[in-house]
Amino acid sequence: MDINWHTVVVVLGLALVTVLARGFFLFSNKTWQLPHWAQRGLQYAPIAALAAVVVPEVVTVQGQLVDSWQDARLYAAAVGAGAYFWRKDVLFTIVAGMAVYLPLHLGLGW
Amino acid sequence: MSFQRANFSHPEFRIGVAEFLRPAPGIAAWGLMTGVAMVKSGIGIFESLLMALLVFAGSSQLASIPLILAGAPVWVIWATGFCVNLRFVVFSLHLHHYLSHLVTWRRVMTGYLTADLAYVLFVRRFPHPATDAAGRAAEQAYLAGSNLMNWGAWVSSSLVGIALANFIPQSWGLGFAGILCLVGILCSLATTRLRVLSCVVAGIVGVAAYALPLKLNIIVAIGVAVILCLTMEKLRPAPHGRALS
Repeated sequence: MDINWHTVVVVLGLALVTVLARGFFLFSNKTWQLPHWAQRGLQYAPIAALAAVVVPEVVTVQGQLVDSWQDARLYAAAVGAGAYFWRKDVLFTIVAGMAVYLPLHLGLGW
Repeated sequence: MSFQRANFSHPEFRIGVAEFLRPAPGIAAWGLMTGVAMVKSGIGIFESLLMALLVFAGSSQLASIPLILAGAPVWVIWATGFCVNLRFVVFSLHLHHYLSHLVTWRRVMTGYLTADLAYVLFVRRFPHPATDAAGRAAEQAYLAGSNLMNWGAWVSSSLVGIALANFIPQSWGLGFAGILCLVGILCSLATTRLRVLSCVVAGIVGVAAYALPLKLNIIVAIGVAVILCLTMEKLRPAPHGRALS
């Protein structure tokens, strides 16, 4: 097997990056007290992070806003969100979204 | 760490496993596509296996692939991975309140194994850290069940994806199931008006600032959304007794 050792080093480093990020404050024995504004910020940061990742994945191609309504992702995400608020179920969101996505994407090439 | 024997026999372990059954197919679909994407884009089989087993973070894995292939400097790839993972730094601060009774390496291992969904489900089930030993045992057992499911779904589907890479056309777009999974979680968090505002603002800024290097658009979007919501809160104080979860 051809192994690119440079890539192996990159990958091992990325694993350490995961440990560093997920363990960041856990390396310390002290429970850090967050200032009040930061505690309140925790109310809004997780949903902001998800939106910042998800929305560009739905409405852009390589960072450019989609210029056509013939894009399966728009309808699949909208139906998925609607499905969540109907049933409050993440799996149902995925199933309903993919049920819209696959026919549009594979059938119509959107 | 999560995987201790006492955790497996605790009733909360099963609840942790059961509650993860719903999001698990989405995780698995995403892992499958990530496995396929790694191999298809030209990362070697061995390197892809290492990535799936050790990096264990879909977004930073996917973000690193084009950089690796473009021959980007190692530090840029690592810094990008860290930026994409920055939300976990916030999670770790929060998780410390639940894990402070553990020794350092167990705390860090538990943090390493606790990815987005497991964290969200965990703090939803335990909005306030336990103050007694029984409560802490329940928390640890639940988290062990949840993390085991998450790790198992992610790693096994990634391995299948790596193995099947030659048979699954990328054009099927199965990776979009992962995005739909995130859409569902996002909707589940949209419980107050200010959170909806946070979501809308972060989405707009995330797109508008997309051209920033190192995926910094995500960081900028979080910053703008949070600061705006905190300002709104100051202007119009939240009613008392609103749930913190």
